Amino acid sequence: MMKKNILSINPRLRKRIEPYLYLLPFIIGIGIFTLYPITYVFITSFKEGFKYITGAFEGFGLDNYQYVINDANFISALKNTSIYVMVVVPISTGLAILIANLLNKKIKFIGFFQTVYFLPLVTSITAVGLAWKFMFNHNYGVINYFLSLLQIDPINWLLVPKNNIYALIIFGIWNILPFTIILLLSGLQNINEMYYTAAKVDGASNFQIFYKITIPLLAPTIGLVLIINMISTFKVFTELFPLFNGSPGIAYNLYTVVYYIFDQFYIKWKFGRACAAALILFLIIFVLTRLQLYIQRKWQHY
Amino acid sequence: MKKQTLNKIIIYTLLILGGIVMIFPFFWMFSSAFKTAAETASFPPKWIPSIPQFLNFAKALDYAPFDRYLINSLIVTIANVTLTMISTILAAFAFSRLKWKGRDTVFTLMLALMMVPFEMLVITNFQTIANWGLSDRLLALIIPFTASIFYTFILRNFFMSIPDSLYYSAKIDGASNWQYLWKVMVPIAKPSIITILLLNTIVSWNSFMWPLLVINSRGNRTLPLGLYAFITEAGTHFELLMAASTMIVIPIIILFLIARKSIVNGVARGGLKG
Repeated sequence: MMKKNILSINPRLRKRIEPYLYLLPFIIGIGIFTLYPITYVFITSFKEGFKYITGAFEGFGLDNYQYVINDANFISALKNTSIYVMVVVPISTGLAILIANLLNKKIKFIGFFQTVYFLPLVTSITAVGLAWKFMFNHNYGVINYFLSLLQIDPINWLLVPKNNIYALIIFGIWNILPFTIILLLSGLQNINEMYYTAAKVDGASNFQIFYKITIPLLAPTIGLVLIINMISTFKVFTELFPLFNGSPGIAYNLYTVVYYIFDQFYIKWKFGRACAAALILFLIIFVLTRLQLYIQRKWQHY
Repeated sequence: MKKQTLNKIIIYTLLILGGIVMIFPFFWMFSSAFKTAAETASFPPKWIPSIPQFLNFAKALDYAPFDRYLINSLIVTIANVTLTMISTILAAFAFSRLKWKGRDTVFTLMLALMMVPFEMLVITNFQTIANWGLSDRLLALIIPFTASIFYTFILRNFFMSIPDSLYYSAKIDGASNWQYLWKVMVPIAKPSIITILLLNTIVSWNSFMWPLLVINSRGNRTLPLGLYAFITEAGTHFELLMAASTMIVIPIIILFLIARKSIVNGVARGGLKG
């Protein structure tokens, strides 16, 4: 109301200022908590000998980057994260293609099945992660029980370091499946029904229809899903907390890139190094995002 | 005919098998929440507790103030969702209906910012919050999340699809931009707005990393953070941990059961981004 009183004086001025007033709350929020942090991280990553408390630093240079790329923890973080991404993304996408196809059929109880398959999407990673931790238990966990039914020896998922990544991967696949299925399902629903009708008229088998029609027409969506999932799995972090009680693997053996950043700034208070690592993460995600935009543009008018 | 029946059987069998895998962790969480300590550690596993231990929930509340965590989570979620919605509606209007210098340039810049991972911003935001003296306060969980490029982008796209003719006829009737936005555009965009509200509620309710960084004292924890701290506090009492986990996921599962279609549609448009 006050806005009205001030601006009603001069209608022309009002017309010019008005859009910016609408924009104000948004721009303040984004400016302080997105735009400023980016510039700050960029600059701090080049500050040498930066002290958080005093803000003092010795000069600009590549010290932080040099430290980070030679740090064994960062190298292992890159390696672990890459393995995680390379395993979780293809497997979850493959499973999701299959499930999305089933959910796209004319079936009964579709609402029920969707609810069941999409539930992990909305529930807290911390809470379900704890259930998984319990299921992974070496002595009485249900996963080892199921394995014992198949005559497989129990696996110590959580307490033997080399097994930690398997637990993280299994939990990760389960976690990302709903989102992947939803994207593929909406891709499937965009495929024109007439292709299927035509194929059936020609007497194609279900298998042929899947390989010759569904997969090629779904290819742009699959490409998109692969990249989007690569971006999100590259930021794996929260999953570590319920599984390993907040440490990256039982013996600090399972650093991920985001955990490394967290470790540097929150635990070790090395802000310059954290910023350098964050910028490297950004660079990786930037490349993946460009790839995503490229695919989107290329296939848009398919 | 026979082949079709066989197909149906295969489809349902696969769907049910996959469904069991997807739902199992939830079943395990709920079932274990009612077990005795001995039952949680039995092997072969006890699927359903012999006598449901309803007291587990009361015991969990004795160990840690989950009622306090619940109130904190509610305060933070409601504040985040409300403030973000206001800034989103206003900005989406400015980016779609209003004309001003540099609009498209600013919008493109905002879209470019969307690819910056939140994980990169936390380093600075952590310091900003500390400098403002907000560390370890609920405000620290609210202030940084009052605007979202992603939601603004979704709503702006919807606003763009509303025909101009509506605007001009409203103008002829003497409506101001402010009136037009709230009386015409917002009601039309209701489905998009509801989707944004739902997605934002889920993200805010489950948020873990940021509260972990800025909240220290017990009284200011939100549910996910409280649950994480409970791992240490409850020790080996897995039935209590599962009771606490159940309390956290139930509200959001109910929300999902009520609004599944809106949520799924929203997710299909770009996922659960913060």
